[in-house]
Amino acid sequence: MPSTAAAASPSGDDPLIVMEDVNKWYGAYHALRDVNLSVRRGEKIVLCGPSGSGKSTLIRCVNHLETIKTGRIIVDGVRLDDSTRSVDAVRSEVGMVFQNFNLFPHMTVLQNCTLAPMRVRGVTAAAAEATAKRYLERVRIAEHAHKYPAQLSGGQQQRVAIARALCMEPKVMLFDEPTSALDPEMVKEVLDTMVGLARDGMTMVCVTHEMGFARQVADRVIFMAEGQILEEAEPESFFRAPKHPRARSFLGEILAHH
Amino acid sequence: MGYTLDFTVVLDALPSLLWGCLGTIGLALSGMTLALAVGVGGVVARGSSRRWLRSIVIAFVELVRNTPFLVQIFFLFFALPNVGLTLNPTVTAIIALGLNGGAYAIEIIRGGVQSIDKGQIEAGLALGLHKGQVFRMIVLKPALRAIYPSLTGQFIMLTLTSSICSAISAYELTSVAQRIESETFRSFEVYFTITLMYLAISWLLMTGFSVFSRRYFDYPTR
Repeated sequence: MPSTAAAASPSGDDPLIVMEDVNKWYGAYHALRDVNLSVRRGEKIVLCGPSGSGKSTLIRCVNHLETIKTGRIIVDGVRLDDSTRSVDAVRSEVGMVFQNFNLFPHMTVLQNCTLAPMRVRGVTAAAAEATAKRYLERVRIAEHAHKYPAQLSGGQQQRVAIARALCMEPKVMLFDEPTSALDPEMVKEVLDTMVGLARDGMTMVCVTHEMGFARQVADRVIFMAEGQILEEAEPESFFRAPKHPRARSFLGEILAHH
Repeated sequence: MGYTLDFTVVLDALPSLLWGCLGTIGLALSGMTLALAVGVGGVVARGSSRRWLRSIVIAFVELVRNTPFLVQIFFLFFALPNVGLTLNPTVTAIIALGLNGGAYAIEIIRGGVQSIDKGQIEAGLALGLHKGQVFRMIVLKPALRAIYPSLTGQFIMLTLTSSICSAISAYELTSVAQRIESETFRSFEVYFTITLMYLAISWLLMTGFSVFSRRYFDYPTR
């Protein structure tokens, strides 16, 4: 990715992800209500809100891990329409990092990173390894390339998971509560990695309660509750003066815990 | 006691018995290979989105697990020629053992697959891998590891069950023993010997399974 993108602020009207009037139900439960969201190239978005508010569901819809009932989702010009073709096209451009890392336990760190580039992109083993080493270097874990996930700490595993997603050279990275399963002392190393990624210009959509991270990198904070987007604002104004009463009480609660 | 033990007949017949052991091991290994293929294939078909395919697997498992092996092998050997499919006894035995073991393997492997965290599958899909690739490259090995003791236990059962294939005179240890017994009338000596031989075969296989496990499942878990 071009390092110049770091300096450039999110450029005008070039949406990478567009969600229009998205609705989703789990049985009778209305999980997403008329969600409209547009993410520009290079933009960093932090999604927050109480548990069960639909934040994770929302980003899981972007790479079709969840299907929507009504509305439209367009990623990098590709309309997600349940066809294998559109799903493949979108997934190969969208990286995802999960709460529980989800590294493949039977593969070394390096194999975790080369699997998809080789099998999905058809890259040669040598090229995939070179790319993997570059990204492992970048998340500062290259010396563990030949270890298995179970031999690493949670923070190390999550950094490998970030490198694994980056190896596909995605256009956008989705983070689903990437630090929630970590011991407190490991949160920082993962956040630092994410901040570095943001500085390099990666487009990011992060579900997280790390408000320090949101302040530091987010272009926009989006607050959700009960499947709806209730507030969107720049981090400073959101944290200083949240407009929606739900956002105010939510912030009050999480700040009380910090 | 009017019966004097005489193991010289066993010694005389030892080469035949050892060949019989090899026959049993051959049957067992071929049967296991087929059973593993049927088991993995069955699990894939069982998880298919096509309902008829799932139904066939369920019906197959029910049929095999609720009927006697002896009847199954008689059916394959005596009934199939009527529809124009004649197979030699040893091939029939391998197919019977593979299908029978496979039906049990389907249920065991399915348990292993279900024990895999859904996050593993999602991570694979999110990386752009297809469902089939996710199953082969991500799910299968940890799933097999999870159920390896049950699966190998079932394979030992399969090996011992192969003695029933003597009923259609497939080439294996029990049928060799029956022939020697009918020629020498030394029932005790012959069956005592092959009992020990079966025990040795089981131990050999168990050793093989654990060596394989140490090499193939060489990655650490929590």
